[in-house]
Amino acid sequence: MTYPIEKIRADFPILNEKIRNKPLVYLDNAASCQKPQAVIDSIVKLYSHDYANVHRGVHTLSVRSTDLFEAAREKVKTFINAQSEKEIIFVRGATDAINLVAQTYGKANIHDGDEIIITAMEHHSNIVPWQMLCEEKGAILKIAPMNLQGELLMPEFEALLNSKTKLVSVVHMSNALGTINPVKKIIELAHALNIPVLLDGAQAIPHTTVDVQALDCDFYVFSGHKLYAPTGVGVLYGKQALLEAMPPYQGGGDMIRTVTFEKSTYAGLPHKFEAGTPSIAEVIGLGAAIDYLNSIGMEAIAAHEAELLAYATEQALQIHGLKIIGEAKEKGGILSFTLHKIHPHDIGTMLDSLGIAIRAGHHCAMPVMDFYKVPATARASFAMYNTKAEIDVLISGIKNLIEMFG
Amino acid sequence: MFEDLRDLYQEVIFDHNRNPRNFHVMENYDRMVEGFNPLCGDRLTLFLKLDGDVITDASFQGSGCAISTASVSLMTEIIKGKTQTEADELFQTFHKITTGKSEDLQLEAVGKLAVLAGVREYPARVKCATLAWHTLDAALKNEQQSISTE
Repeated sequence: MTYPIEKIRADFPILNEKIRNKPLVYLDNAASCQKPQAVIDSIVKLYSHDYANVHRGVHTLSVRSTDLFEAAREKVKTFINAQSEKEIIFVRGATDAINLVAQTYGKANIHDGDEIIITAMEHHSNIVPWQMLCEEKGAILKIAPMNLQGELLMPEFEALLNSKTKLVSVVHMSNALGTINPVKKIIELAHALNIPVLLDGAQAIPHTTVDVQALDCDFYVFSGHKLYAPTGVGVLYGKQALLEAMPPYQGGGDMIRTVTFEKSTYAGLPHKFEAGTPSIAEVIGLGAAIDYLNSIGMEAIAAHEAELLAYATEQALQIHGLKIIGEAKEKGGILSFTLHKIHPHDIGTMLDSLGIAIRAGHHCAMPVMDFYKVPATARASFAMYNTKAEIDVLISGIKNLIEMFG
Repeated sequence: MFEDLRDLYQEVIFDHNRNPRNFHVMENYDRMVEGFNPLCGDRLTLFLKLDGDVITDASFQGSGCAISTASVSLMTEIIKGKTQTEADELFQTFHKITTGKSEDLQLEAVGKLAVLAGVREYPARVKCATLAWHTLDAALKNEQQSISTE
């Protein structure tokens, strides 16, 4: 079946926008994806017809909202093939999910002298929560190195694993480089020593099929907004036994069973970790995004994006003075690059004047920038709605701005 | 192709970006301050030589975008021979032309710096142009720690 690119593009109203009088070419998907009409409609419909607080009232609207909210949890469960909806915790985003694990699992299980392993290509969100925990507990953060292509050095990673290692927390797909890590192998190696593994899936989830049972990961986290869903919602998947043993994160309404001034008892999963009124509309929007993605098929999307990346890479390599940052064999739809003597911010402004949105900066991965000895990179990142024609616009823009800089 | 950008990227800016003036480490400086824009990673070190109230020499090191490089390069040229009060007044006027509304621009008051007025149409780039001046401000106030635009 041919990929229904025309239909998909028609489903995203923002793609009709003109930016500086040019058609929008949106290539900043690794920062956040645009939203299909189905997601926008789900929110409008909720607020227009079905909205009230969830898990509270006996009245009709509260029941409707609760049903829609819990249906979204079921959709997430199926989407990542979790065993139970109890394993799906709604949080604010991937960052919130990692902080949750650090502050609950981490505080309960990681002590003085223990070690946590991350990699050299992590986003700040998978560095800083562990640094904070290590500082508090006297634990040690170990960094698994990578090569110049941006691939994890597996023997070095394996050598870091030892009896003091209490957690491995690894990015599934790097937002700065596009590298897709050999997570299955990482998990096997860690599990051989009974070390749990958290996967930061913020970047991977919109580009690939994720099966948490096949991976056998202990935690998997992602944000909704990179999965064509609204901001303010994300998911923590955790194996049920682990989640049950963990202390609660925040206290408040919804996460309790009983409260007296002397003592409170906590709700069961997943509500134990969902204190306060959740992002109701955003969660329901996430459910709508998953329905939409399923209607196209994740495999078809992955194949389309792989084609775009291959084409963009081939075109980019022909530009004199362009250096691609991140050339892993296993790579998702991210083209991070620098141009000789032209700062990424100038590239970003110049491309913007042509209607092209890319990211210029350190991509919340300053250690990666340090590794490549660059202050920043320009990054074009591809999504299900991008086309080769858009890549042509990008490439021609880059060639022209090089000429202008002289 | 980039007609819309001519106001922002004027030839003077390309010139200063390609060949930044006063781009060297200063021996025997009186003031040295680092400026950093954490958002984009622009980094510069500003050196000043003072004679009483007068800035007798200025130089810089660092890396940044064309706008920030041109801005600091132009600044080191223009502040030489100025008193601290004059430099501060220039900073205030420069701040207005890079952030203010176009009707009350005092372009003639800032001389060559007027080429940077184009950033006011690009809010995301204003910090690139003003980093140099915030760094100068810190240097004149003799603040030792590095400063950032955040």
